[in-house]
Amino acid sequence: MGFMATAESYVIAIGTKKGLWLANSTDRKEWSLSGPHFLMSEIPSIGIDTRDGKTRIMVGVRSEHWGPTVAHSDDLGATWTEPEQGAIKFPDGTDAALERIWQIYPDAESRPGVVWAGCEPISVWKSTDGGEHFELNRGLWDHPHRSEWGAGYGGAAAHSIVVDPSGEKVHIAMSTGGVYRSLDGGASWEARNKGISAYFMPDPNPEFGQCVHKIAADAAVEDRLYAQNHHGVYRTDDGGENWDSIADGLPADFGFVMLTHPRREGTAWVIPLKADGERIPPDSKLSVHRTDDAGGTWKELHTGLPDHEYNAVLRDAASVDTAEPTGVYFGTRGGAVYASADEGETFAEVASHLPDVLCVRAAVVVGHAAGAENPLAAAEATLVAEAEEIVEAAAETRDPDPEDQATVPG
Amino acid sequence: MADFTVLLPGVLQPLVGGQSYLTASADGAVTVGQLLDSVTGDYPVLARRLRDETGALRRYVNIYVNGDEIRRVKGLDTEVAPGQEVLIIQSVAGG
Repeated sequence: MGFMATAESYVIAIGTKKGLWLANSTDRKEWSLSGPHFLMSEIPSIGIDTRDGKTRIMVGVRSEHWGPTVAHSDDLGATWTEPEQGAIKFPDGTDAALERIWQIYPDAESRPGVVWAGCEPISVWKSTDGGEHFELNRGLWDHPHRSEWGAGYGGAAAHSIVVDPSGEKVHIAMSTGGVYRSLDGGASWEARNKGISAYFMPDPNPEFGQCVHKIAADAAVEDRLYAQNHHGVYRTDDGGENWDSIADGLPADFGFVMLTHPRREGTAWVIPLKADGERIPPDSKLSVHRTDDAGGTWKELHTGLPDHEYNAVLRDAASVDTAEPTGVYFGTRGGAVYASADEGETFAEVASHLPDVLCVRAAVVVGHAAGAENPLAAAEATLVAEAEEIVEAAAETRDPDPEDQATVPG
Repeated sequence: MADFTVLLPGVLQPLVGGQSYLTASADGAVTVGQLLDSVTGDYPVLARRLRDETGALRRYVNIYVNGDEIRRVKGLDTEVAPGQEVLIIQSVAGG
């Protein structure tokens, strides 16, 4: 399927429990949905790399049967490539196997080709070739705390990666373990959780062991980050040395999402859930909450969202774009996806009845997502390709190629 | 030299050019692990679908040798005698 670059458009990549969908729009009002890609595989992570004027969509794919892998598309989903040897593979001697890719994080514009990944089991990886091959971060893997890190409800993973403009200061968050910071580009790491509660542990203020659900950096203020914790919403102004609660004004301090504005100081979004034991929106009313003063006050944003909703929004099932005004996007475990072109003031439903939404990423791209102009044709093309594969397989059964014989060693 | 045949489920066949089975030859009996090493040598993506990077068989991949699921025999060390059929099937899981 060919791809022709055209004018700018907006893409939402929607990773679900049973495949990937792409939504495309030229105005962020009308969206065309295409997919599924990778049907019956979960897509827990997506990275859209728009550096250098190109667009590469990278996805973490995981089949319950066939394991995890990373695939990428340089033509907005028309074709996908999977490195033959696998992009993320635990090296010999670690005695570990990749379970799931939780985070794919393209680094800054000034470091083209650098992509970070956070994975389960708890590990951080770095690629310098645009996400085709990743190296295990040994500083974190060999960390003396590792044997004491635990698993959150969804698994034991490094799920948040935030790199500062210099590339030297890197914050990660893991569940469970909390926030770790590196001041040397990832060579060494120290826990930075002072002020973040771990109420579920015998010592509620340990050095590490917190279940931080998501962290994000302020767009403009150096060393300011925000955290959505397993109960607790926090801000640090000193690079993680101290965390202070900014939960006042929110209907609940539980949740998974933490988003920050791409350019403006002090703006962040959360999507609260009632409590650990009741993972539904407060009063079953789905709302996004935004602060424009770094957590001093919060504004509820509900226009266009359902009054009754009993599904949670997971930590990576939300995203912002880089347009002006900034777009805000998220999906629920009930398979609904919402988009706002005005920083959350009003939302519109982009998709519904999809499988559980695990990951949402949005970007301004050049061109249109595959099949966006004619989603039914794209779906039909997928079916035809699958039928051709079945026919070819049947033909091979009747007429095997003797050259496919191999010799067994030993 | 004896011939060995490994039958693949339909969902994996696109990874090997649409073939429904792969074959190898050896002198006498081999283990399932050795047989997989051989037949997936030219198909690294297929190899990763079946086993993780530690070499372990993925949890929901079942391999039968002459009708026996290998986890109930000796796992990847299960012997395959010449003429025995090796069948790969994904287990019934998920929802």
